[in-house]
Amino acid sequence: MRPIDVLSPDVVEIAAAHAADVDERSRFPSEALAALKQARALSDAVPREYGGRGFGMQELAAQCSTLAHGCSAAGMILAMHHIQVACIARHSAESPYFQSFLKRIAQEQLLIASVTSEVGTFGDTRSSVAAVERKGDRFELNKDATTISYGAHADALLVTCRRNPDAAASDQVLVLVNKDSYELEQSSSWNTLGMRGTCSPGFMMRSHGSVEQIVPGAFADSSAQTMVPYSHILWAALWQGIAGAAVARAAHQVRGEARKKPGTVPPTAIQLAKIDAQLQSIRHNWQSLAAEFDTLGTSAEDLQALLGMGWALKLNNLKVSVSEAVVQIVHQALQITGIMGYKNDSPVSVGRHYRDVLSASLMISNERIASKNASMLLVFKADST
Amino acid sequence: MNNNSSALKNNAAGAEDRTVANRIRAVLAAHGRLSVDVAGLSETDDLYAAGMTSLASVNVMLALEGEFDVEFPDQMLNRSMFSSVAAIEAAVRKIVG
Repeated sequence: MRPIDVLSPDVVEIAAAHAADVDERSRFPSEALAALKQARALSDAVPREYGGRGFGMQELAAQCSTLAHGCSAAGMILAMHHIQVACIARHSAESPYFQSFLKRIAQEQLLIASVTSEVGTFGDTRSSVAAVERKGDRFELNKDATTISYGAHADALLVTCRRNPDAAASDQVLVLVNKDSYELEQSSSWNTLGMRGTCSPGFMMRSHGSVEQIVPGAFADSSAQTMVPYSHILWAALWQGIAGAAVARAAHQVRGEARKKPGTVPPTAIQLAKIDAQLQSIRHNWQSLAAEFDTLGTSAEDLQALLGMGWALKLNNLKVSVSEAVVQIVHQALQITGIMGYKNDSPVSVGRHYRDVLSASLMISNERIASKNASMLLVFKADST
Repeated sequence: MNNNSSALKNNAAGAEDRTVANRIRAVLAAHGRLSVDVAGLSETDDLYAAGMTSLASVNVMLALEGEFDVEFPDQMLNRSMFSSVAAIEAAVRKIVG
């Protein structure tokens, strides 16, 4: 799949042109988002019958990777938006409310943010303190979120919470809340090492709405069948895109050195060859899992497979291995570019890329994932692979 | 894999009079980390709604494999197979034949 088939080069160019300023000022990549809306990319995960382009996992991942090559924050925002849209499209297809909401995403190019983190759950997305409180056909939902990426810039939020005030912490549902019926009170700052343009401070969220805005079914299922696969594959793809941008800068410098002495291969070219191989390996890693995901349909059997440990382990392995590899790749790109790469204002600067990829092992901590995998491997026999 | 049907008859101490369902309940009480008393749950009550986390469900699977001396094949290791006492019993009986 060629990048040009999934995202207009103009969008990437606009995102790249503002990436340094977005990072420096820790501001929302508004130019990139305007370009994405112009290209109608915010409905690329919306099924065709509702006016979107119905992209599969491979296309969405390629798109996130391509955009992140220009601007990490824009790539992450697009990925997170697609993840929310996929949760709605794959788990609310029977609901007239959500059918019309999917049409609105396409018509109005709405941006959807995610509210999964919460004070008191210690990073475990599969447990909640907040609960949706039904009163007749209305609900109230308040949540003390530790982080809401681009929360202040979104048109709607998809929120995890307990099914009712008596429900267990892990008995969760997803609730969609619209901008005209929620309030966000910022509770912390977002002055971070990297991924500064995602603008992800904490917020106290207060919302209300109609009960039809509660996504049917259990979040336990939509998490395993959609949120986790889309997150891990799209994130892996965008992290590879960031690493790819650092490698491209290193390659630019190596070519410059080679031109000065035609006939001799600069020592840095050997280092470049090595990280080029590593980059290919992680690209193939997400591409292969995305292709495998796209062979699954929405039959009961296929959805059942996504609930199994085989898929959970594969997706976790992808997330952990790519998030570790990108840091090593960007580190080597810095060794190749040397002081020029270390400078923040040189054409081959890789400092921003380095800081951005350091977030990868922290977004759902690799330690937590390793511990889950360790536990699953105690009962998983790999007897069908 | 151990497909020994005698696994259902006796295992833990004084197991003669213990039904499969009761042995499953004992495993759930020890490892399910439920937020309610397992004795108060019906055969078909949803264990996840009763507070069992996915991590606790792995411990339940491990303990069931030990209790019944069986190995669950991978395709059975998913949420729905372990969602209630009745579902677990069906899974155990399917393996031991």
